[in-house]
Amino acid sequence: MLRFLLTRLSLIIPTFIGMTLVAFFLIRMVPGDPIETLAGERGIDEARHTELLKVYGLDRPVMVQYGIYIGRVLQGDLGTSIITHAPVLQEFMSLFPATIELALAAMLFAVIIGIPAGILAAVKRNTFLDHGVMGVSLTGYSMPIFWWGLLLILLFSVQWDLTPVSGRIAVEYFIEPVTGFLLIDTWLAGDRDAFWSALKHLILPMIVLGTNPLAVVARMTRSAMLEVLGEDYIRTARAKGLSGLRVVTVHALRNALISVVTVVGLQIGVLFTGAILTETIFSWPGVGKWMIEAIGRRDYPVLQGGILLLGSMVMLVNLLVDVTYGIINPRIRS
Amino acid sequence: MTTLTDDHSFTPQHPLREFWDYFSSNHGAVAGLVIVLAVLLLAAFAPWIAPYAPNDTDPSVFLVPPAWQIGGSSAYLLGTDAIGRDILSRLIHGARLSLAIGLVVVTLSVVIGTILGLTAGYFRGVFEVAVMRIMDIILTLPSLLLAIVIVAILGPGLMNAMLAVAVVVLPHYVRITRAAVIAEMSRDYVTAARMNGAGHLRLMFSEVLPNCTAPLIVQASLGISSAILDAAALGFLGLGAQPPSPEWGTMLADAREFVLRAWWVVTFPGLAILITVLAFNLLGDGLRDAFDPKLKR
Repeated sequence: MLRFLLTRLSLIIPTFIGMTLVAFFLIRMVPGDPIETLAGERGIDEARHTELLKVYGLDRPVMVQYGIYIGRVLQGDLGTSIITHAPVLQEFMSLFPATIELALAAMLFAVIIGIPAGILAAVKRNTFLDHGVMGVSLTGYSMPIFWWGLLLILLFSVQWDLTPVSGRIAVEYFIEPVTGFLLIDTWLAGDRDAFWSALKHLILPMIVLGTNPLAVVARMTRSAMLEVLGEDYIRTARAKGLSGLRVVTVHALRNALISVVTVVGLQIGVLFTGAILTETIFSWPGVGKWMIEAIGRRDYPVLQGGILLLGSMVMLVNLLVDVTYGIINPRIRS
Repeated sequence: MTTLTDDHSFTPQHPLREFWDYFSSNHGAVAGLVIVLAVLLLAAFAPWIAPYAPNDTDPSVFLVPPAWQIGGSSAYLLGTDAIGRDILSRLIHGARLSLAIGLVVVTLSVVIGTILGLTAGYFRGVFEVAVMRIMDIILTLPSLLLAIVIVAILGPGLMNAMLAVAVVVLPHYVRITRAAVIAEMSRDYVTAARMNGAGHLRLMFSEVLPNCTAPLIVQASLGISSAILDAAALGFLGLGAQPPSPEWGTMLADAREFVLRAWWVVTFPGLAILITVLAFNLLGDGLRDAFDPKLKR
């Protein structure tokens, strides 16, 4: 087990180094003068240029610059935003809970609907129900979610006036951030109206972001269940006279869940991708929207720091999934 | 012994014939194929089918609803947008762009991915480790984010968007090819070819590669759908094809501000993306099932 853990841990080091290389050379590949890119100023005069050259350390050899960059990154210094002059890490940390809250809600939505739907499709294999579930899930998988979001706004917000169009909470509420998750913070504050407002704001973005993972989870659950249902121990359980429901939920589902859990975990990275689009559509104040805005403002330090931070998050989640999988399924450790 | 004489009359089916039998028994796959062919025809004959040119503006008819709604006109079946362009004509012309995006991205990533995967799986060693590590890094970064960053550096535009999407999907082709090559390399026919004095290039390209094509074809057909989807997402974010291009994602970005007033300018471009992507996914799923011997009854 320790060996397995150490191998997995050692594998993320080269990946992390690779990501720092991507982030480091990113700014240098932007057309134009790197000083002006980093300072966010145009037409810098000669004296200021040499001064900034020293400040950013761009007069040193590239390898030394990279070494300095790595040193700073490891100390948590990811530079400052050109626009707000706030440290990139601090901005990221203040926005990240919004993205996590959205991503977790979306995953929950996908799992709560996707797993039962997948089980149903597997048990009723080749029936109308099975084809229906698989058809809907392939549609969800093919869905351009930026359009899906607009469509839901069109129906729920414009047509029926049920949900708000954008943001996380109505402007009249101010909730002191404790966890950064508005649903929890409003609950802790005991403000029922604010909680409802936060929940109503969350519903559409959650559905939009959860649609792709929902399709993947349903398909995966179905195929995992089909595989398990064909095993000998299922036949044995049935032959013992156990009820169909018990065989499906206890004997089959527990074994099928192993692969489903892995897929769910690996969808987290996909969720961050989808969050960029979802946050843009709903003006959800998370890191995805932050990074898109950074591109519009040519705020390269934010872009550089953001990609490294998001990449590291995905990497850590994948590692966690990998290790968990190793714990629940000892066969893959070797 | 009787079975032996029976076997005499048995003639094996032609492989293509057998493939088609499996493929055509899957209704979804056939539906996908039909839609893909229809989109191809629309794209090929767009100037003759579309009632108007895609960028023809007519200020007198802006935001006309679809023909079946009150105020609609049969001259504009799916209505017009904010500056009086016919939406149906733009969608038909947009099919050209979407198919071109799919083909260019997949061709780029298949060619580069196959060469990288083939050399990695054939030579192994340091080269393989280096290539696969780089692919791991690309896979670790959220794909749309990486594409966005690449476009942010290269500058917005259709060409750069296609390039970015091709880079992002590259690891899938490298991994598939490498895995297939490694499996094939231990086969007897490879050893036999080597004994006959076949060189590296000959072994790689004319012996091993043709036997690895099935998974690549499947991945490519599924890849077209994700390429169309990703490029449309970039267009929607303003980083892909630029207005007034009738690219479907770009049309949606233009239409966003009218979501409260004119549902049709928002609905139809997205529907076009969904139908096309769904068709390619159905087709890809059907191809995979037809190729995969394990699923054959």
